[in-house]
Amino acid sequence: MYFPISDAHIHPAYLVSVGFLIGVLGGFFGVGGSFIAGPALRAVGLPWNFAVGTDLAHIVGKSVVAAKRHRALGNVDFRLGFIMAGGTIVGAEGGAQLIEMLKRAGNVNLVVSLVSIVVYVSISSFMIWESWKTLLQNRSRKTKRATQSDHSAFGHVTRSIQRLHLPPMIELPASGVKAISLWVILAVALVGGLFSGFLGGGAGYIRMPSMVYVLGIPTHLAVGTDLFEIIISASYGTFTHAMKGNVDILIALVMNTGAAVGAQIGAISTQYFAGPKIRLAFVPLPLIGAAIVIYTLITGHKI
Amino acid sequence: MKKDTAITLRAFLIELVVYGMLVVAYFFFVLHFLGAWLHGLETAHRSSYAGLTILLIIGQAVVLEGVTTFLLRLIGGRSE
Repeated sequence: MYFPISDAHIHPAYLVSVGFLIGVLGGFFGVGGSFIAGPALRAVGLPWNFAVGTDLAHIVGKSVVAAKRHRALGNVDFRLGFIMAGGTIVGAEGGAQLIEMLKRAGNVNLVVSLVSIVVYVSISSFMIWESWKTLLQNRSRKTKRATQSDHSAFGHVTRSIQRLHLPPMIELPASGVKAISLWVILAVALVGGLFSGFLGGGAGYIRMPSMVYVLGIPTHLAVGTDLFEIIISASYGTFTHAMKGNVDILIALVMNTGAAVGAQIGAISTQYFAGPKIRLAFVPLPLIGAAIVIYTLITGHKI
Repeated sequence: MKKDTAITLRAFLIELVVYGMLVVAYFFFVLHFLGAWLHGLETAHRSSYAGLTILLIIGQAVVLEGVTTFLLRLIGGRSE
């Protein structure tokens, strides 16, 4: 199939399959999936700028489908999503500025690569430790309620963060949080946005775990709310990239036909897994991202 | 339980076949004709194109979610 905007020939079955895979991952883990979509689009010869912009447009569509399904399952906290979207957009602009500064300094690739490897491996290591410890604790309790609950071995730190009294304090009834400082939520969103602008993609691999461990949002709600938040922030990213001529919307629309099915499968599947198991299954995603960066660093090929 | 799973799986496979046919028709009748027009818009009116990309991707996502949900209900294998 010929795509005149990016002047590329790509088989639609390939795009639908990639969209489907990212849809399943996104619906289940609440991530954008840019660490797969970017290299997958590059692999068929799409220029890097089009791969980034088109991927963002596709993320918007996939997130709409998955968030709608999560909303039906009661997994979206709209108040939290709107607050976080503002922080993410500001953070993403900051990350983009940081990239420009590093470009001028002439060492952008090395710095971004090393930072991303450290971040990805740290997230994965922490989540292995936390979810494994939580699962062991639940097993020692041996009750069905304990194994299905969303208890976290990191819960004592989360409760300390929630007790920080930095007005204005807000309530998140949908997430079961009685009071939390607005500044803590904005800080989490800002950091997620900063990494999004700095490392590219939606940075769901940082935001989803942060929502669980820092804000104390139940895992299922963190997945659904992150997807809702991604709709707003990725729409903003798509618009700015489209203004720069980096979006082939036809490719994104074709990918989205596969993602629409995949995202629903992923979202529905979350019902059958307890929070710690979803967090444990999440671990390979940042590691895949780290492996891609290490490969790029060693070979010099940007995949 | 196994019978339920088999029914759900069968319904899902039927849904995929019907959905696949609809998507192929969509590629040929909508995207094929939309391509040249969108390319022209992207070249001549970048801001209109940027706004339209958001509307198109969100609009398509809402429609596709509706189509897949409708198909599953029609086939009778609710998966939630």
